[in-house]
Amino acid sequence: MSAVADTTPQGATEERSARAPWALTAPALMLFVGVLLIPLAMTVMLSFHDWGQYKGIEPVFILKNWREIATDLYYAEMFWRTFRIALLTTLITAVLGAPEACILNRMSGRWKSFFLLVILGPLLISVVARTLGWALLFGGNNGLVNKLLMSLGLIGTPLRFMFTETGMVVALAHVMMPFMVLSVWAALQRLDPQIENAALSLGAGSLTIIRRIIMPQIMPGVLSGAIIVFSLSASAFATPAIIGGRRLKVAATLAYDEFLNTLNWPLGAAVAILLLMALVLIVVGSNALIERRYAEAFR
Amino acid sequence: MRRNGPLALIFHAIFVIVMLAPIVVVCLVAFTPEGYLSLPTNGFSLRWFRTIANYPEFVHAFWVSLGLGALSSFVALLFAVPAALAVARYRFRGRDALAALFLSPLMIPHVVLGIAFLRFFTLIGMSGSFPALIVAHVIVVFPFALRLTLAAATGMDRSVEMAAISLGAGGWTLFRRVTLPLILPGVVSGWALAFIQSFDDLTMTVFLAAPGIETLPVRMFLYIQDNIDPLVTSVSASVIAITMTALILLDRFYGLDRVLAGKSDAGR
Repeated sequence: MSAVADTTPQGATEERSARAPWALTAPALMLFVGVLLIPLAMTVMLSFHDWGQYKGIEPVFILKNWREIATDLYYAEMFWRTFRIALLTTLITAVLGAPEACILNRMSGRWKSFFLLVILGPLLISVVARTLGWALLFGGNNGLVNKLLMSLGLIGTPLRFMFTETGMVVALAHVMMPFMVLSVWAALQRLDPQIENAALSLGAGSLTIIRRIIMPQIMPGVLSGAIIVFSLSASAFATPAIIGGRRLKVAATLAYDEFLNTLNWPLGAAVAILLLMALVLIVVGSNALIERRYAEAFR
Repeated sequence: MRRNGPLALIFHAIFVIVMLAPIVVVCLVAFTPEGYLSLPTNGFSLRWFRTIANYPEFVHAFWVSLGLGALSSFVALLFAVPAALAVARYRFRGRDALAALFLSPLMIPHVVLGIAFLRFFTLIGMSGSFPALIVAHVIVVFPFALRLTLAAATGMDRSVEMAAISLGAGGWTLFRRVTLPLILPGVVSGWALAFIQSFDDLTMTVFLAAPGIETLPVRMFLYIQDNIDPLVTSVSASVIAITMTALILLDRFYGLDRVLAGKSDAGR
């Protein structure tokens, strides 16, 4: 969002016509109101409607679906699983992605852009294809991942990856990794490499430099990357659906099931709206926390 | 700047291998000569690529995806170019709110968008139709089209326009002969990035795709849910090849780093 706010209009003083910007944005605005805001409002309404196996959707205003989600422990467990998976995925991408971004940043020109392309390119490759790759690698007890881990002596018996949360987290971490590397990379670009050299010349060791110089400076990048990864992981659909199978549900796959298999649209709408609200609260909340923390740090 | 130590390079090597492994495995398995999932240890074969032709639903889904991506990205630009020019050039009340609204599809989970569109199009009697799919995709790819066009419009040299105005150009002529050619690289890249987003979208489309207008990711997803065989790997490998081609074109035209840097703010 910041990029838009930064684009200060250059000719703003010359062009005083008040109608022109509205005339130019009116088509897009009407499109967004008509086909985005109204459908979203309809979905909120839908979550208050009644539904029955034989009567279908009844346009009344009741709290049935919301009460069911609040009281049935199945939904609490499902949301807890969704956010647990998202949190683990975020941690893994941060712990592995941040050092990788630093290593990339130290490479020389040609290699740097080559590996940047290799790591960020998958971002644009179909999530279905990437997840299929993990399904092939995991594949049962004699999958490649298990063979490799066992030949390295890391595990004695094969681990179950398909249809487990472990497998979901591994595949999701892979899908989300480019976002974290990109975010830390962007933070590193604003960093002055001479500070590191200054610390070196003052006698600081490698560990001290990482802990006292690099870490504090890339932290904003890690945190904003974490927000992106968390919100995308919590609402991910393809990876949990393919790796998790039909029984291990997260919020997005449950909503899909309610809509296209059970046909209980009002309940599915309530699950989706709850996911949206939870994510908005978490993202806005952590953004505010980060901004306060770093406003103090740079005062 | 300090160089990477041996430990850092080992970490880097493992990292890159893990990042590439799933993609490479899909492409390798696609060339297997066997009738089951296996790495092509006994030579390469194209049999599973030829098998795609026997499954018209995959071929049809490919054309649906291609047409949908091309059309929805084009329509999105029709709305995004004027909006980008307004946001880049004028400071008006509600400008930031408008920009936030236009970028909001990036922040709304696609599953919520899918549900909202399904409900909306069912109520107005358009559900399961190709036009409904296009409208939904226009909304989803709009932020990508807007971002790159906006970047081009903001960085544009306005003096050329001023010169054209002083020579008597105005309105449509000014836009078509001066402004559009100047922002064209941004517009074309915006189209390409929007196309890739549309071509790859599963989560939102899976709610809207009725039989006959299933896109390729939806078709692949439904197929994988039932069973995983070499056929779906050869389809995936073809999709990866198409995306790579688009990526290389994008890189030539605009510079991939700039496209991806724009995408980095996407999730915010």
